[in-house]
Amino acid sequence: MSKIEEVLSKKILILDGAMGTMLQEYRFTEEDFRGKRFSDWPVSLKGNNDLLSLTQPKAIADVHRKYFEAGADIVETNTFSGTAIAMADYKMEELVYEMNFESARIAKEVAKEVTSRDPEKPRFVAGAMGPTNKTASMSPDVNDPGFRAISFEELRIAYKQQARALIDGGVDVLLVETVFDTLNAKAALFAIDELKEELDNDIPVMISGTITDASGRTLSGQTAEAFLISISHMNLLSVGFNCALGAKQLTPYLEVLAQKSAAGVSAYPNAGLPNAFGEYDQSPWDMANQIKNYLERGLVNILGGCCGTTPEHIQAIAAVAKDYKPRVIKRELTYDNFKGC
Amino acid sequence: MLEIRPLKLSGLEPLVITPESNFINIGERTNVAGSKKFLRLIKEEKFEEALSVAREQVEGGAQIIDINMDDGLIEGREAMVKFLNLLVAEPDIARVPIMIDSSKWEILEAGLQVVQGKCVVNSISLKEGEEEFLTHAKRIKRYGAAVIVMAFDEVGQADNYERRVEIAKRSYQLLVEKVKFPPEDIIFDLNIFPVGTGMEEHRRNAIDYFEATRWVKKNLPHVSLSGGVSNVSFSFRGNNPVREAMHSVFLYHAIRAGMNMGIVNPALLEVYDNIPEDLLEHVEDVILDRRDDATERLLSFAETVVGTEKESKIDFSWREKLLQERITHALVKGIDSFIVEDVEEARKQSDRPLDVIEGPLMTGMNVVGDLFGSGKMFLPQVVKSARVMKKAVAYLLPYIEADKKNKRSSAGKVLMATVKGDVHDIGKNIVSVVLGCNNYEIIDLGVMVPPEKIIETAKTENVDAIGLSGLITPSLDEMVFLAKEMDRQGFSVPLLIGGATTSKAHTAVKIDPQYRNAVVHINDASRAVTVVGDLLKVNTRQKYIDDLKSDYEIFRQNFSKRSKVKSFLSLGQARINKFCIDWNQSKIHAPQKPGIHVIEDLELEKLEKYIDWTPFFRSWELHGRYPKILKDELVGEQATTLFTDAQKMLRRIFDERLLKAKAVYGLFPANTINVDDIEIRYRENSEEKTMIFRTLRQQLDKHEGKSNFALADFVAPRELGIQDYMGCFCVTAGFGTEQLSRQFEAEHDDYNSILIKGLADRLAEAFAEYLHEKIRIDDWGYAPEENLSNEELIRERYKGIRPAPGYPACPDHLEKISIWQVLKVEERIGVKLTDSLAMWPAASVSGYYFANPEARYFGVGKIKEDQVKDFAERKGISFETAKKWLNPSIAE
Repeated sequence: MSKIEEVLSKKILILDGAMGTMLQEYRFTEEDFRGKRFSDWPVSLKGNNDLLSLTQPKAIADVHRKYFEAGADIVETNTFSGTAIAMADYKMEELVYEMNFESARIAKEVAKEVTSRDPEKPRFVAGAMGPTNKTASMSPDVNDPGFRAISFEELRIAYKQQARALIDGGVDVLLVETVFDTLNAKAALFAIDELKEELDNDIPVMISGTITDASGRTLSGQTAEAFLISISHMNLLSVGFNCALGAKQLTPYLEVLAQKSAAGVSAYPNAGLPNAFGEYDQSPWDMANQIKNYLERGLVNILGGCCGTTPEHIQAIAAVAKDYKPRVIKRELTYDNFKGC
Repeated sequence: MLEIRPLKLSGLEPLVITPESNFINIGERTNVAGSKKFLRLIKEEKFEEALSVAREQVEGGAQIIDINMDDGLIEGREAMVKFLNLLVAEPDIARVPIMIDSSKWEILEAGLQVVQGKCVVNSISLKEGEEEFLTHAKRIKRYGAAVIVMAFDEVGQADNYERRVEIAKRSYQLLVEKVKFPPEDIIFDLNIFPVGTGMEEHRRNAIDYFEATRWVKKNLPHVSLSGGVSNVSFSFRGNNPVREAMHSVFLYHAIRAGMNMGIVNPALLEVYDNIPEDLLEHVEDVILDRRDDATERLLSFAETVVGTEKESKIDFSWREKLLQERITHALVKGIDSFIVEDVEEARKQSDRPLDVIEGPLMTGMNVVGDLFGSGKMFLPQVVKSARVMKKAVAYLLPYIEADKKNKRSSAGKVLMATVKGDVHDIGKNIVSVVLGCNNYEIIDLGVMVPPEKIIETAKTENVDAIGLSGLITPSLDEMVFLAKEMDRQGFSVPLLIGGATTSKAHTAVKIDPQYRNAVVHINDASRAVTVVGDLLKVNTRQKYIDDLKSDYEIFRQNFSKRSKVKSFLSLGQARINKFCIDWNQSKIHAPQKPGIHVIEDLELEKLEKYIDWTPFFRSWELHGRYPKILKDELVGEQATTLFTDAQKMLRRIFDERLLKAKAVYGLFPANTINVDDIEIRYRENSEEKTMIFRTLRQQLDKHEGKSNFALADFVAPRELGIQDYMGCFCVTAGFGTEQLSRQFEAEHDDYNSILIKGLADRLAEAFAEYLHEKIRIDDWGYAPEENLSNEELIRERYKGIRPAPGYPACPDHLEKISIWQVLKVEERIGVKLTDSLAMWPAASVSGYYFANPEARYFGVGKIKEDQVKDFAERKGISFETAKKWLNPSIAE
């Protein structure tokens, strides 16, 4: 059992909040994004947050540190778009390994630094693997429903490269997140499974889907339970939902997972639903209050925040969670010892 | 007590199968082997319609749908991916889990890569050994699917209790221990075989299945059991009441034994309790093998169930008919009481005793063959017929032998085998029995027979014919291989092809050309006798073989007209063989009115005389050329009514100005660059710009003297320093159509709604014709003297061409984007391009103008990947994008 699995059985783990929200406050310009190294890059780089791990590593480390100090046990690497597929927009496919490796290294360094100050509370790094900007089971063209902009094979290769770099950079766990098309996630899991075998490495894996709206389905149309069934062939540290909805709206879907999953259950909702200006304005205490409902019902093992959440939100969530026991995880029996009939 | 580990599957919604679940129905109609309709739709690439087959199944209650594209004439992998990609876009179908069914691993894997839910793979087995079994199982696990495991190993298919248990146990242990496959994700298919076939060794088929199922359920924790139920009643094809009862009885017992899912056609299933008591008893006797004469009893009972003409057992009226009719009756009904008597009578009337077999008896057997072939007789009856036949032949044999000139101990020696890798042999056995009964000596090599063994045995036994059987698709390739081998080794005996996946098409297209001697596809057992007879009969065989060969040749030609296997040139070679115009001689006209022009609102009346009415009738499925169609014997009346309505509508359009016709066009200095591209110069806001149109080149290997055309060949190359020209245009008559048709629809007047759309299309085409004429005579002015009738215009008698992107000469739609950019089509006349580059409004036409008198219409046809790559590079787009857009034109 890895360290993180051990801790997970004892307490509710706190995940960090939004990276993007925090980075917005720096108001980085195109020049800041480019840094010296990419000053001549042929396309605009503003908005390529993942690149900041290379050009503004101090800012990234600072955000991680703030979340740890707010009470997070786990921070996510700054690699949401760190695949060759998503980086194609910036013509930065070649830099994918380096970005992921550096992002992992930065986060891990901060985790070590904070842990050394308080060894009783080990801090972990989750290698974030986003959904990419393409979908393997949906057509981007309504007039051509059979068309696919990306294949399983292309996704598998891209995810394998990302996962490899994150592992090399020292992450403690991989987090396949914001899954809106389960087939993309399956390609990621396939790649990770191959990698685990090739590297003989048993790194834990977390997965987090996204229920798009009140229909209760993922963007690719699956219900919460169908999503769960579709990804349960992997031995997962946790399965959960993030993004799109606020804490309150997420409750019924978490209940499905809590009831049916053999893995831990995670939730890192947005800070409420966006207001008329597209901003998330739920206060830390409002959000924590809604999350208290999960805790009272024993639904979760891992809690954090997505869009619009800040260290203050995480602090509030951690403060509420510390008084509750985690959901009991009933791992299934393994069949290693089956000896025939 | 063991914990419960349900089998969990998912489409868009979950399917959790627990011990309490009712029997799970797997839809089978989306299987090319299970549904002729589906097969046809896939072959014709009517994927949309094929989707409706899937939808019907889900609506009809299928909880999982099985999808299979294994057919010798389908690109299985491509069809699977295409169909699944379309299917997952239909939420009402995709809500259920999918069973990906193929005997080919690459198809299974391709399917697994396009479905997000947890699927079932159908199937894997130990047939090819442990290593492959484990490799595949491991990958299936990684893809997150459940799996059907067939009771099948290196030795063959399990056909009794012990073998089923042995294989299931071994498969389970390997999966659970070595692959760590979740046991609940294992589904066993223990092979459901027919009962009531009349064959002794089939009698325990159902019982063995039940008992093996019971054993597996008890001893291999958490697994599911599935199977194709309709197999069990195979020998009663044509008698649905009996089949329905058999399915229900079988399921009743199988479910009690532990079977929890299966492929069942719900339309062919009677409620167990509703089966009449006497039928139930007869069916259970057969299924449970309760009496020695169970099959015969069910057979005779079956006739009463069908309700066909009931024959009194003491009705001997048929005895008063003519001799041939009596013999035929005896054979069809399987009555042997009078056969000797009748055969003796026939012998006395014949010159030679052998003629009785070849004459009246064969005539009778042909009737049997036809009835069986059309599903009006059941297999056991055919076997019974063969029995009567055998009795007749046995009676005749001493006479035949005594007749020294025709002395022969057997009608011929036939080698029968199920090919390597295949274990299905029911059909082959039946053919063997039937042939055996007809005095042929059968050498049956059994199943999974390696080609060397077939060849060797055929030589040492000096056989007269070889019969190959197979049920699964890979067997088709084995048959092709064997035919090649027989040809190489100088065989001359006929090769018979049979089995469920075989077909006349595959035999004619793939097998027959490999073997210079006779190859014949035989689709049913009783026909085999006639065919083998014809093939071996000394005085007729050559003609028969020649007819056969030419029949297959014709079939092949027809087939290749549909999907030609063609040879191609590389793009480089094709360019060398480009169409050459002698530019020094060619007269190039500079346009009278160069630049871009707009027609804001053309008087629609001007277009009337340019309308080509033939396609209009075709769109209403009235076939024939205008104006002759109005007098057509078959559709003339309909056509005339339609034409009158169309004329009325046209008047309204003109009078009330219901539609608006607009055009934008331009004529530009142009030259070909880099062989296949045309660069034009145009002005935009008084700034000179260039645009390059990419053209596609034919790559088909042409006959001597024919060129490989590309549109670029019609424009002078830049390096010659000759200034040439080309044009492009977009016309529309579609503005207003949408509103009008919607208005009609609101009034529930679909007729007029369709009519207006059809007319708008015609007007747009007429506009294109009108504008082209104006260009030739006036704007470009290269044919000022032209004076052609509409009929001549329709027949493209004019000089120069106006090919349209998306049509044969330039199948690539992408160039429309360039036309739009040059002419600013959307800004100027409002015609838009959709994401898939269709024009909106639909009644629009766009294209190029080429003026050279040598310019002609042609079809690019299929192109190869090298041109796709080159095109992508020239155009600066990714290979994938190019491939996507050019896909319909890319050769296999």
